[in-house]
Amino acid sequence: MSGAVGTRISEILEDREAVLGRWVELVTEGVRGRITEREVRTELGELYGLVQRELADGDESAAGELRAALQEISRSRARQGFSPSETAVSVFALKQAVHERIGAAGEETAYAQFIAFSGYVDELGLMTFETYSATREQVIADQAEQLLELATPVVKLWDGILGVPLVGTLDSARTQVVMETLLQMLVDTGSQFAVIDITGVPAVDTEVAQHLLKTVMAARLMGTECVISGIRPQIAQTIVTLGIEFGDIVTKASLADALAYALAASGVRLVEGAGA
Amino acid sequence: MERVPILKIGQILLVSIQIDLQDQTVQVLQEDLAERIVRTGARGVIIDITAVDIVDSFIGRMFSTIASMSRLMDAETVVVGMRPAVAITLVELGLSLGGVRTALDLEKGMRLLGASLPSLADGR
Amino acid sequence: MTAPPQEPVPITSGDDVVRVRQAVRTAAAAAGLSLVDQTKIVTAASELARNTLVYGGGGHARVERVTDARGRAGVRIAFGDDGPGIPDIDLALTEGWTSGSGLGLGLTGARRLTDEFHLDTEVGGGTTVTVTKWAR
Repeated sequence: MSGAVGTRISEILEDREAVLGRWVELVTEGVRGRITEREVRTELGELYGLVQRELADGDESAAGELRAALQEISRSRARQGFSPSETAVSVFALKQAVHERIGAAGEETAYAQFIAFSGYVDELGLMTFETYSATREQVIADQAEQLLELATPVVKLWDGILGVPLVGTLDSARTQVVMETLLQMLVDTGSQFAVIDITGVPAVDTEVAQHLLKTVMAARLMGTECVISGIRPQIAQTIVTLGIEFGDIVTKASLADALAYALAASGVRLVEGAGA
Repeated sequence: MERVPILKIGQILLVSIQIDLQDQTVQVLQEDLAERIVRTGARGVIIDITAVDIVDSFIGRMFSTIASMSRLMDAETVVVGMRPAVAITLVELGLSLGGVRTALDLEKGMRLLGASLPSLADGR
Repeated sequence: MTAPPQEPVPITSGDDVVRVRQAVRTAAAAAGLSLVDQTKIVTAASELARNTLVYGGGGHARVERVTDARGRAGVRIAFGDDGPGIPDIDLALTEGWTSGSGLGLGLTGARRLTDEFHLDTEVGGGTTVTVTKWAR
């Protein structure tokens, strides 16, 4: 990149005080008090130094540092509530600062070189944009994951008996999360039984039914037992029509029946109290 | 090649796998166990795989072989401590470990053996 | 985009199968695969490394971290041998079929445990099996 920008631009950049000063001024106007001029000066001062090193000195390591610094600024601006275009515009303002200096000198070669410089700054500005959207995507992905965890609680029903009340549409990803969370909870709590209640699940597809089946089989390999309760008529129909073999898996009509089964199997006897 | 130690507790043989198993180690363990069951007259075998982070078809087959083999010599086998990730992978792999009894942990495995072999309860 | 490939791990003994498992575990963890997915790819690698040793008469495994077009990270392993090759691919990929003493879960199992499975074989010209697992 350094070779593409001419010597005249480098000369202009050497007048750090004037160009940086104007850049800071332009950006400070744009941010309207959300960050102080001092902060802007520190940020841009760092960028300016790196731009100079890359363009004038052809310093390769400066290019990498510059990109890292831009990403950092883009991220912190995003956190401060700036829109991605505002961040990009503050980078683009460097063009105006440089252009004004050429305007003052009025040279033709400098204008030609300015085109290359302009393209270079555009590239830097666009990079802040990309960082911004990548940061946002990460936030969305994290939230989706948190939602998934919230939607799949594993609760203790009794000593040694866990319950997983599933509500809403089950997709493959969510079923997989349930499966892994449940199995880990069985280990962590030393529970012998798990009741997967699907009363609140309107429908299942082949993949989800398979995942449920696999959960039960994996639980069995770990020496525990899963009971599935609350299979709605439509789901029962799906399972049969799809020809999925539920084999000897214990299924119960309701969560209460499943709990009673697990209690009996773990040797707990329920006796009516004297007052009843 | 490393060898997996076999411990004897009362009438139970305990195998706790703490190393990354290679096929030859698995085969030697199978032979060692058969020999120990006969020599000690053990009535139960517990294979603790709490520390094992993968079970492939070869290792899985060892569990089935040991279970059938020990049954012929009148000893019950329980595999204990299988990690969730390992269990999920085995299911995906299509290995059901037919004929192998499993328990969540060592204590539950002992209890399982104790229940099926009342004479073990007093440890003699 | 692909990270620079690692040196291939030779597979000439049972210890090498363990070494392949460890290399795959490290690469899978570095690529950010979940614990379950790490376990799946390591298990698949174990099956395929054993196949390379037993049926291919030894060979090597190349473990590398990869990134797809959407920036998703993954791990890819290529097992290569100069063995006799597989005469009937369809049969070899049939559930439960085996030419050796195994359970016949090697190839089919590895295929189920991975996201991408590619088999390249020629009678008398060796076999290459390439598997990939992506981070979720």
